[in-house]
Amino acid sequence: MPARPVLQQADIERAITRIAHEILESDRGDGPLVLLGIPTRGVVLAGRLGAVLERLEPGSAAVGALDVTMYRDDLARQPTRTPQPTRVPAGGIDGATVVLVDDVLFSGRTIRAALDAINDLGRPRAVRLAVLVDRGHRELPIRPDFVGKNLPSAPTERVNVHLSETDGADEVVVGDGAEVTAP
Amino acid sequence: MTALTITGATLPDGTRRDLHVDGGVFVEDATAGATRIDADGLQALPGLVDLHTHLREPGFEASETVLTGTRAAAAGGFTAVFAMANTFPVQDTAGVVEQVASLGAQHGYATVRPIGAVTIGLAGERLAEIGAMARSRAAVRVFSDDGKCVSDALLMRRALEYVATFGGVIAQHAQEPRLTEGAQMNEGELSSELGLAGWPGVAEEAIIARDVLLAEQLGARLHVCHVSTAGSVEVLRWAKGRGIDVTAEVTPHHLLLTEQLAASYDARYKVNPPLRAQEDVEAVRAALADGTIDIVATDHAPHPIESKEATWAEASFGMVGLESALSVVQAAMVDTGLLGWADVARVLSAAPAAIGRLDGYAAPFAVGSPAHLALADPAARRIFATADLHGRSVNSPYLGSELPGRIVATVHDGVPTVLDGELRPAEEVVHGQAA
Amino acid sequence: MRHLLSVRDLTRDDAVGILDIAEDMAAVATRAVPKLPTLRGRTVANLFFEDSTRTRLSFESAAKRLSADVITFTAKGSSVSKGEGLKDTAQTIAAMGVDAVVMRHHASGAARTLADGGWIDASVVNAGDGTHEHPTQALLDAYTMRATLHGGAARGRDLDGLRVTIVGDVLHSRVARSNAWLLATLGASVHLVAPGTLLPPGVSGWPVTTGTDLDAAIDDRPDAIMMLRIQSERMHDAFFPNEREYAREWGLTDDRFARLPADTMVMHPGPMNRGLEISSAAADSARSVVLDQVTNGVSIRMAVLYLVLSGSGGVA
Repeated sequence: MPARPVLQQADIERAITRIAHEILESDRGDGPLVLLGIPTRGVVLAGRLGAVLERLEPGSAAVGALDVTMYRDDLARQPTRTPQPTRVPAGGIDGATVVLVDDVLFSGRTIRAALDAINDLGRPRAVRLAVLVDRGHRELPIRPDFVGKNLPSAPTERVNVHLSETDGADEVVVGDGAEVTAP
Repeated sequence: MTALTITGATLPDGTRRDLHVDGGVFVEDATAGATRIDADGLQALPGLVDLHTHLREPGFEASETVLTGTRAAAAGGFTAVFAMANTFPVQDTAGVVEQVASLGAQHGYATVRPIGAVTIGLAGERLAEIGAMARSRAAVRVFSDDGKCVSDALLMRRALEYVATFGGVIAQHAQEPRLTEGAQMNEGELSSELGLAGWPGVAEEAIIARDVLLAEQLGARLHVCHVSTAGSVEVLRWAKGRGIDVTAEVTPHHLLLTEQLAASYDARYKVNPPLRAQEDVEAVRAALADGTIDIVATDHAPHPIESKEATWAEASFGMVGLESALSVVQAAMVDTGLLGWADVARVLSAAPAAIGRLDGYAAPFAVGSPAHLALADPAARRIFATADLHGRSVNSPYLGSELPGRIVATVHDGVPTVLDGELRPAEEVVHGQAA
Repeated sequence: MRHLLSVRDLTRDDAVGILDIAEDMAAVATRAVPKLPTLRGRTVANLFFEDSTRTRLSFESAAKRLSADVITFTAKGSSVSKGEGLKDTAQTIAAMGVDAVVMRHHASGAARTLADGGWIDASVVNAGDGTHEHPTQALLDAYTMRATLHGGAARGRDLDGLRVTIVGDVLHSRVARSNAWLLATLGASVHLVAPGTLLPPGVSGWPVTTGTDLDAAIDDRPDAIMMLRIQSERMHDAFFPNEREYAREWGLTDDRFARLPADTMVMHPGPMNRGLEISSAAADSARSVVLDQVTNGVSIRMAVLYLVLSGSGGVA
């Protein structure tokens, strides 16, 4: 069965705006707010979230990228992966509330690696997780704080997020076959 | 000693007939009860003669002995080998050369003619007892410091003058030592890329040029070992054009292989003189075809496994070649149309025997001539493997390669040393000689 | 990438990829915890048959920053001095369980002989084999040039159009060989300067131009000039008459340094013979990137160890 879209552009925009409001609401204001997107599409999403936050409350959040390739637990099982850049905003992350941003939350292993990476970068006051899609099937005790859409799925299905900056259009598609591992 | 009847053999001149052997010589008619060898479709050749072999005994028996080396020779169709002098102790006295000769006679697989050193211990300083070696039971006629060059011009002059007294010839390993210190492979673009010290062709050509001029001046006879470059061929052509009494040999590997093989740093391809460029291979092939190079000689150089299973720089120089020689000559010269089988008989038997003053090879297959012969199957093709090597060492560059032809039978002095492609057992060969 | 034996095995994209990963590795050094867990549980053996403190320490540092375990074998006073050959030494080390062998050896081709010999299963990284190659040196040199040129915008870029002059004992230099080939792969143009005795025969087949006149090469305004170490022992083999003449003709003297364009990079693989191939003023100037080369060496070697030791084979 060909992949079918389950979210369109308008749904995605609405979700991002809602998540931005939720982030601001839950932020207690006792330290800087840093969004770290996980490459590739998490970085795009973090950028969009940051733009919305900037509109709602200028200067409220800094945006960066956190590559987790070096912290993955499956390096020996896959062909060699090329890391992407890590960009930590100028203020660093010590004492900040770090919001990790990713497109799809699945087994939770990527986020586990991200937590290890954050540990080596500094000591945030707190770490939160924002994802556009939560498709279930967690293998580790990881839970998101902000979710765009819950998408229960079969483990054998593919759930892919497409964004105009990287894929030419905004949509979330579900199809048959193993999920393409995020680059 | 058994009599033999060889049926349907194709002789080097192309004619087909039966050959009969009895009492160690060729005879007119079949003898009753003779062992029959069916040579239908096989090429008969006179017993091959190798003017340049390293038998390693005495001193380096881990690599080869006179027994294992002559078995390898027989497997390659050879009935006589000239054994180079770089043994330990060096073959520079009558005692050592007589020992080597008698070991060969004892085992019986091939006639062993020891080569005497030119200088004591191959040290390049004082002449060895050339006269004593010539008059010994080994009757040495070929003298060489092979492995090393007689580079001192005065010493080479004296040697050329002195051996003439005893009807001998100096076989020069042409390698100017000062230009080849630490050299690893042919000097050129590839050696520069690989970071291996180069062995320039001029180091061979300059010595040959000097030696042919000396030979001309002195009216002496000279033989040049393992010619490898186009430049050397030019010098030889010039020298022969002037009537200088010089003969030259080329190895099978220099007729077939190039320096490109060194790019893998696989030390099986490390040899002295080194494998050269394609132009050099073409030049020596043409020279062998037109007679500028007189003979093929194997420079069979056994080495133990550990001396080749090392980095290139640490590995020994040399390849074994007795068992593969005829196949390689067929691939490089016969199958390419440069030589016919009659020419092969000349360059691998009659001519080397003449240079080494070895009797019995001047009139092959003639009634009364000693029965030295080889039967080859030119149509066979085989992937050369360690099972085809019968010496003690396996450092062959042809392992895993497809080669044409194979030896089906070898007969030495009327005694079969190889039948049906298999070596005959030692007791049988010894018994055959003794009877 | 199973082994790294020669820069000639790298395509332009392979090489740029290594430089980019090295940038990420360089960033690690600035962190609170300057380590990555990536190669935890892997063992790297440093097999140094030739003395080299700086390269050995650089590889050790690189391995440790990736949390790999390191065991080191140096030739001095070891089994090798008692006659043990490469095969036995390598197999002994491998029997202790290693994933990668970083080897420096005095014989050209030794790394390939070890990689192809079938004696060990580990990956092989060539840390210098005789006069043949020193791939990580060329990579760190290229990285240094790229970083100096483009700064933070270097990612993804090659060295297209860069003009590099390499001066010195090219004949005996594995650094020169690796640099000549890698720089050409990355789009740079390379000019070699040396006395005639120290230019390899057959160098006309290399992707370089050659000359014997250093002053002319400097007047040509190269973007980078790399001075190679000259060994005084070479004068005993008649490669040049003496050190004075060598320094006068092919040394980066104060005069020559003054005539270099203002932003030409001055490079040297180290260790330097101050006053022979390079003057102190040149070596210590602001244009000298010699120490950057050393720092970058660790990042490059981290990138190489990562590529060789992670992954099931093939590149994603």
